[in-house]
Amino acid sequence: MSLLELHGVSKEFGAIRALHDVSFSVRPGEIVGLMGDNGAGKSTLVKIVSGIYPPSAGHLSFEGSDAHIASPAEARRLGIETVYQDLALADNLTAAANIFLGRELKYNVGPFRFLRHNAMNARAAELFAELKSETRSDDLVKQMSGGQRQAVAIARTRLADAKLILMDEPTAAISVRQVAEVLSLIHRLKEAGIAVILISHRMPDVFAVCERIIVMRRGNKVADKPIGETSPEEVTALITGAKEAA
Amino acid sequence: MADTVQGFSNVRRTRFWQKGFLASQSAYVLAALIVIIAIMALLSPNFLTPGNIANITRNFSFIAIATLGITLVIITGGIDLSVGSTMALSATVTSLVLSGLAGAAIALFPGGALILAVLAGLATAAAIGFANGFAVAKLKLSPFVTTLGTLSIVRGLTYVATYGRGAFPTGPDKDLFIAVTAGRLFDLIPISFIYLLILAIAMYLALHHTAWGRYVFAIGGNESAGRLTGVPVDRVKIQVYMLCSLAAGFNGIIISGWLGSAPANLATAYELTIIAAAVIGGANLAGGVGGAAGAIIGCVLIEVIRNGLVLARVDPYWQQTLVGCIIVAAVLVDRLRSLRNG
Ligand SMILES: Nc1ncnc2c1ncn2[C@@H]1O[C@H](COP(=O)(O)OP(=O)(O)O)[C@@H](O)[C@H]1O
Ligand SMILES: [Mg+2]
Repeated sequence: MSLLELHGVSKEFGAIRALHDVSFSVRPGEIVGLMGDNGAGKSTLVKIVSGIYPPSAGHLSFEGSDAHIASPAEARRLGIETVYQDLALADNLTAAANIFLGRELKYNVGPFRFLRHNAMNARAAELFAELKSETRSDDLVKQMSGGQRQAVAIARTRLADAKLILMDEPTAAISVRQVAEVLSLIHRLKEAGIAVILISHRMPDVFAVCERIIVMRRGNKVADKPIGETSPEEVTALITGAKEAA
Repeated sequence: MADTVQGFSNVRRTRFWQKGFLASQSAYVLAALIVIIAIMALLSPNFLTPGNIANITRNFSFIAIATLGITLVIITGGIDLSVGSTMALSATVTSLVLSGLAGAAIALFPGGALILAVLAGLATAAAIGFANGFAVAKLKLSPFVTTLGTLSIVRGLTYVATYGRGAFPTGPDKDLFIAVTAGRLFDLIPISFIYLLILAIAMYLALHHTAWGRYVFAIGGNESAGRLTGVPVDRVKIQVYMLCSLAAGFNGIIISGWLGSAPANLATAYELTIIAAAVIGGANLAGGVGGAAGAIIGCVLIEVIRNGLVLARVDPYWQQTLVGCIIVAAVLVDRLRSLRNG
């Protein structure tokens, strides 16, 4: 059974057609690479699955039943977590505050609900340890390096038991060593049975971890192949349009 | 060079003085305030007398509650220019309802008319805040332009409601009204100062110990990140504008108690002093920074300077110039500090 299915999904922003009739499916625990030039519609696709935009046409199903993912909170309830392209961090908050933003841990005092600062900091510290990051829970994101910021955005997806993690260019702004950390994390996610949609411009990364590759061009899906049946050369040709479809 | 490689382990630690209250502009301004108070106490024997201190606490309570409210709006990256007008209209409605109920032959328990009148005044403020918040959050209008419009609309309504003559609290509950607004606890502490403390503590708890407070800061820090992570951005913005107007309305009602009347020009141009106090106290107009303590520190600083100039018999027209200089100095110090810390 498929975990996520898209059926004829289209998205228009006014006159701009960001996605046109896109269908594909992702199995549980599958690592799918999503590639395409800038403006191909990758981020728009991610935002539709994570409940930011409703599709203009088409529908989604998750775990076999129709899914109307109307908000990020609903996507999380289904078990969909996202690393957004610009990381979506509030600089003026701490690492832990960012990780728990929108799902803070609280305790009740009469009618009031107060934050459990210590519990959130401790849990965030655990997540950073898992990611082999020395980022500290109560440091402000404003004062972090690119790698630490990335770690915060990724740690956020590990908070709940996700079934599907969308990563929109998680390795765009980080060093070689950190890229290796992210790729090994993706391997561990797969072992834990978590599916990942990885968006990346880095051909070697995609070929290192993905089982299947989907290529987008100008809002259309132009290829959807097992990694063994394609090559970096073919994918490059598909991205640029030198090859129409495969 | 190994150092230039950014790993997950490339950790730049935030030192304790680079975060929390110690790192805030509020702390610097507090230090400046203490120095100023010390200098004034040395220069003028009248400065630290109980009478003068009571004077200062009373006077800064004129704007401090409204400053708490506007600080919330400023933290979200917004602004509310309509607070002065809201103070006037809330005070006017309260006085009109109090007098109206005295005239009407309705038997109310003692204080009943006062409660209804204050609720009517606060409801007026809440409605103004809702209109501001709705325009900003849902219609995506600029907060500056929207509240510039409300400033004028609400002031106009205040004049219309009383034909420009202003309103006067009358009726059997009048003395009670004066007591709960302009009264003093134990003949010493202005009761408005007690309100201010309670509201400031509530604001501190809400900002730093509830999820709602996190959302207020997140909206000011990165609104789109807030939306992506499921923060109810629009709802929180509307709430923040409503709280700002409620604080202003409550402050206006208190002022009308002190004055014994609600003239139609009450609190005219107060929005400028209130925004100045918030900014001096460390609220950043770019959003994401601010707090209850800072708001109060900013109000105290403005009032201490004003009071000091009066004691020193300086021409009062210099006050405005000096307050302006302090605003610029406060943000300049903050700017220099953040340049140094990178
Ligand atoms: N919120 C939006 N409003 C208008 N146009 C948008 C919006 N988001 C994306 N687009 C447009 O949709 C197209 C696809 O963008 P995007 O999904 O970000 O591509 P990618 O992530 O593949 O680079 C682009 O032409 C972009 O300008
Ligand atoms: Mg993109």
